[in-house]
Amino acid sequence: MKKITNKTAIRLAAAFAAGIAFTGTALAEMQLNMGFPVTAAGQTAYHLHNLINIICLIIFIGVFGVMGYSMIYHRKSKGHKPAEFHENLTVEILWTAIPLLILIIIAIPATKALISLKDTSDSDITIKATGYQWKWGYDYLKGEGEGIKFMSVLATPQAQIKGQEPKDEHYLLEVDNPIVVPVGKKVRILTTSNDVIHSWAMPAFGVKQDAVPGFIRDTQFRAEKEGTYRGQCSELCGKDHGFMPIVVEVVSADKYATWVDEQKKKMAAAMGDPNKVWTLDESKAYGEKLYNANCAACHQATGKGIPGAFPALDGSKIVTGPKEGHLAVVVNGRPGTAMAAFGKQLSDTEIAAIVTYERNAWGNKTGEVVQPAEVKAAHK
Amino acid sequence: MEAVHAGAHGHDHGHHPTGLMRWITTTNHKDIGTMYLWFSFTMFMVGGAMAMVIRAELFEPGLQIVSPEFFNQMITLHALIMVFGAIMPAFVGFANWMIPLQIGASDMAFARMNNWSFWILPVAGSMLILSLFVPGGAAGTGWTMYPPLSIQMGMGMDFAIFGLHLLGMSSIMGSINIITTILNLRAPGMSLMRMPLFCWTWLITAYLLLAVMPVLAGAITMLLTDRHFGTSFFNAAGGGDPVMFQHIFWFFGHPEVYIIALPAFGVISQVIPAFSRKHIFGYASMVYAIAAIALISFFVWAHHMFTTGIPLTGQLYFMYATMLIAVPTGVKVFNWTATMWKGALSFETPMLFAIGFLFLFTLGGFSGLVCAITAIDIQLQDTYYVVAHFHYVMVAGALFSAYAGAYYWLPKWTGHMYNETLGKLHFWLTLIFFNMTFFVQHFLGLAGMPRRVPDYALQFAEFNKISSIGSFGLGISQLLFLYIVIKTIKGGPKAGDKPWDGAEGLEWTVPSPAPHHTFEDPPVIK
Ligand SMILES: [Cu+2]
Repeated sequence: MKKITNKTAIRLAAAFAAGIAFTGTALAEMQLNMGFPVTAAGQTAYHLHNLINIICLIIFIGVFGVMGYSMIYHRKSKGHKPAEFHENLTVEILWTAIPLLILIIIAIPATKALISLKDTSDSDITIKATGYQWKWGYDYLKGEGEGIKFMSVLATPQAQIKGQEPKDEHYLLEVDNPIVVPVGKKVRILTTSNDVIHSWAMPAFGVKQDAVPGFIRDTQFRAEKEGTYRGQCSELCGKDHGFMPIVVEVVSADKYATWVDEQKKKMAAAMGDPNKVWTLDESKAYGEKLYNANCAACHQATGKGIPGAFPALDGSKIVTGPKEGHLAVVVNGRPGTAMAAFGKQLSDTEIAAIVTYERNAWGNKTGEVVQPAEVKAAHK
Repeated sequence: MEAVHAGAHGHDHGHHPTGLMRWITTTNHKDIGTMYLWFSFTMFMVGGAMAMVIRAELFEPGLQIVSPEFFNQMITLHALIMVFGAIMPAFVGFANWMIPLQIGASDMAFARMNNWSFWILPVAGSMLILSLFVPGGAAGTGWTMYPPLSIQMGMGMDFAIFGLHLLGMSSIMGSINIITTILNLRAPGMSLMRMPLFCWTWLITAYLLLAVMPVLAGAITMLLTDRHFGTSFFNAAGGGDPVMFQHIFWFFGHPEVYIIALPAFGVISQVIPAFSRKHIFGYASMVYAIAAIALISFFVWAHHMFTTGIPLTGQLYFMYATMLIAVPTGVKVFNWTATMWKGALSFETPMLFAIGFLFLFTLGGFSGLVCAITAIDIQLQDTYYVVAHFHYVMVAGALFSAYAGAYYWLPKWTGHMYNETLGKLHFWLTLIFFNMTFFVQHFLGLAGMPRRVPDYALQFAEFNKISSIGSFGLGISQLLFLYIVIKTIKGGPKAGDKPWDGAEGLEWTVPSPAPHHTFEDPPVIK
């Protein structure tokens, strides 16, 4: 960390001395343009962007060349006498018509680029991406891997964010469960949201699509190169908007098949046995882990919440009151607030453990165990 | 009308309240203009302080200074205060001071309403600032207030909505006043097409305000009823649509950009000819270009929404319409350049700021063209590229032109010349630090850094650091302006009636400082 600070300071000093914003060596290390996309549609947009920059640069040099000439040679201090002209119809028609022509020339490739980006027909795999405050849920709806579903949460530890640990290479751009897709296959992403508007964005694919609650939108990509690609939620969605990244792993067809197999086995395990009867300690221990992953962002690990924004659970009337009331809030959420309906996100076994934990953590001492079967009854 | 006008006058002559009461009860356009300008600068400092908090948090990766919730409140209030509290009142201040002087009127048409339009502002501004201290804090939605996020917010959101309602009322009253003044109180012989371009830009801006402020009021009222009274305008579960809010908001929001930019164009169109010692090139085409920009601004709003999922045909239409704005905007830049061509140029502070404006606003126009291309915008939407783009248009466009205007008219307002060396220093510091702050944000956006995040990945660290250092410099440099203005008010070389030899217009025919009452007998324009 310290090293970076020194380097920057030296660079800034050099930049000031040279009278420009920065030096050539600094430029070489920092990304100045879009990354080169790995989808055909993204590459088209990339080239279009370069073309427009060149056109703009030419116009800029033209206009400010003329102005610069004027500023040097038409100075009062040099004794230049002002000319009298203040109108010229021909010139004015020309500088209206020529820009119009340039715009039409730009519009043609711009139209083509957009059409190829927007074509979501004939996809090989369809995945639904659901935005939650503040994580993504993925459902593989069609194609190989159909039926797989999982949540994808930021994997960067809080200690790194708070500066108590050094930040690793993919700081804030890493998740516990990335989406995995096969290389060269057309993937259609359906976006929607559970609460507020989020946006599913992947710069390397040239893709960004808002996820609007109550509506389904779509976008598509066909990644031509294997690798791990990283993006972030791109619509302000509340407190942890900056902490819900998107990671896509593009793998070979073989690897994809293996991954699909693993996922199916994992899902069967997570469902648990809905009829199992849990003991207090067992349920509480499992619940603590799930609470920290799903609830602590708002209600805090201390259960104290954030006054005025997110209610405290420690000592809360709902949490220490009858089980039914507590379960109803967790399973069905509170419409119009940030409290989501977790019945749609987590299995009954998982919710039972969380509720057990909340009722027995901090100062809450109900001594009650909530069983998966009770959660089932709470679904509306 | 004339009766009302004469009535207000009689009152003024009768007795002059002094001290605080003078300012509270004043109906004099110069007093009110002055109050607008001071209010605007105060809000500029408050909004600027919030920007410093934002840039301090973004100085390096990780969460250091503020919580993410507070960060979101800062970005929201920074934008609302700068747009509605600083930039808009600054140009209304210019309008109050200069329109009557430029058209040879003795005051604004509705002098009492003018007082009321101003005094609403401090109340509205306080509502925005006070919202920080209510339970849950201020709105953390960004100035765009998109539902459902804005439905989740606490009481601070209601404060913001109420504050915006007040600001809208003030703007609407101000606009009615400006339109009436320009259309009815011009000196004999001043036809519309002989009017200074600053008045033209304000006439058209006032119509834009009248058209879109009620639209904003509608949008935020619907938010309010969705929040508290069980309606579902923006709630899919009740048959509404969150994206509808965005359509309504941007139908206001896009013309709003020109509400800020057009008066800025007007100031520049006064300053450049004055320091080129040459008439503005293409007066008529300037007027038509302003009108064209204002008209097209109503038909391009969804270019702010290219990633919401509007259909292909919709995206194509909004892309073409947006590209079209480049034509009249280009005409204006070309006309300004032609005005300078073969003039007798000198580079006093107002001219420096005007040239700085041309340079930076053109860059902002280019990045606007890049954003207009939908396939590219999808990459750039909600990234720092957009942040860079609109700061080139808003800060470089509006702020630079406001400074150009302030230095240009300061001798007329105070009767003293400002210190030219300090003025030039202020310009160069502002120019360098502005670019240091915002130019690098283009690169951040191109590399994919989202906007409105309190923390970011390590690859963005270097440019963020440069940007933050630039912003601190930019912030501190603005205190120099305050110093220069106070120094000019207190003293300095006496300014003549017309301190700029190339300046044109009726405002330079009255003494400096402009006396409390001017043009009680309208001048005759030959
Ligand atoms: Cu989000």
